[in-house]
Amino acid sequence: MAKFRIAVHITPRKGLLDPQGNAVRDALHTLGFKAVRDVHVGRYIIVETDAYDALTAEDTVTDMCAKLLANPVTEDFEIESAVPA
Amino acid sequence: MKFGIVTFPGSNCDYDAFQAVTDILGEEATYLWHKDHDLQGSEVIILPGGFSYGDYLRAGAIARFSPIMQEVAAHAKAGGPVLGICNGFQIACEAGLLPGALMRNLHLQFVSAEVRIRVENSDTMFTNLYDRGEILRMPVAHGDGRYVAPAGVLEELEAEGRIVFRYADGNGSISADANPNGSERNIAGIISEGGNVLGMMPHPERACSALLGSSDGVRLLESILARVAA
Repeated sequence: MAKFRIAVHITPRKGLLDPQGNAVRDALHTLGFKAVRDVHVGRYIIVETDAYDALTAEDTVTDMCAKLLANPVTEDFEIESAVPA
Repeated sequence: MKFGIVTFPGSNCDYDAFQAVTDILGEEATYLWHKDHDLQGSEVIILPGGFSYGDYLRAGAIARFSPIMQEVAAHAKAGGPVLGICNGFQIACEAGLLPGALMRNLHLQFVSAEVRIRVENSDTMFTNLYDRGEILRMPVAHGDGRYVAPAGVLEELEAEGRIVFRYADGNGSISADANPNGSERNIAGIISEGGNVLGMMPHPERACSALLGSSDGVRLLESILARVAA
């Protein structure tokens, strides 16, 4: 077993209304960042886990996302490659 | 009849539910601790409002995995009545007892107010003492109450009469102005396919006495009693 660190990005499901992202976008417009077209606010989660290899660690974290870390109705997730921790 | 009221760390409407069941309804109630594995013979389960586990990750996401929820899910699967109020509705959705999810209010503000809801289906074990189309007054207090579900699920809920309550104005119109959180189709409460799990954002247990502004919630509890005891 080795120790791995995996970063997970969770974002509001594309196409769903994202009032928080819209509020941040509007604030950026007010600040003068007129070119901003869209903003989405999500979560960034870092999981450190023991696993036999990087692939197993990634599979396990994908399972975690499906079961708990992301809501399958409202959120999308992406995991980064596992790196030795 | 015995009601089991689940207490998670962060629940804050469990006492209100207890009072409503024991004082107003005159029935037996017991608190069920989130770490318990036993419903203690409860025939009706109430998942109360609050901020279980601090709403960490997502409202209701972590409560879903507490030991007692495994028992509640089994109870629901066997057809036992489960009433999820506010945070309890969020937990029921996260646990898959009800479809869809509750997201941040459209206006991003916590809303604590009295709302009006229209009874859309009076043929359920939770609403049989109301009239269809009746307007009820109940308080809401939530930051994440915007009901969302895929279009197909919404159509299914609609077609099967599973949208039990909708936010309405005083005349009974379903308008955007009457919607306190931006819920799809003004949905305030839905019922499971089996008809035994009701999730709702408004608080019937806090609308059980004229002294507190409304007693419209009493008949919801009495409906359960009428149906389950029958």
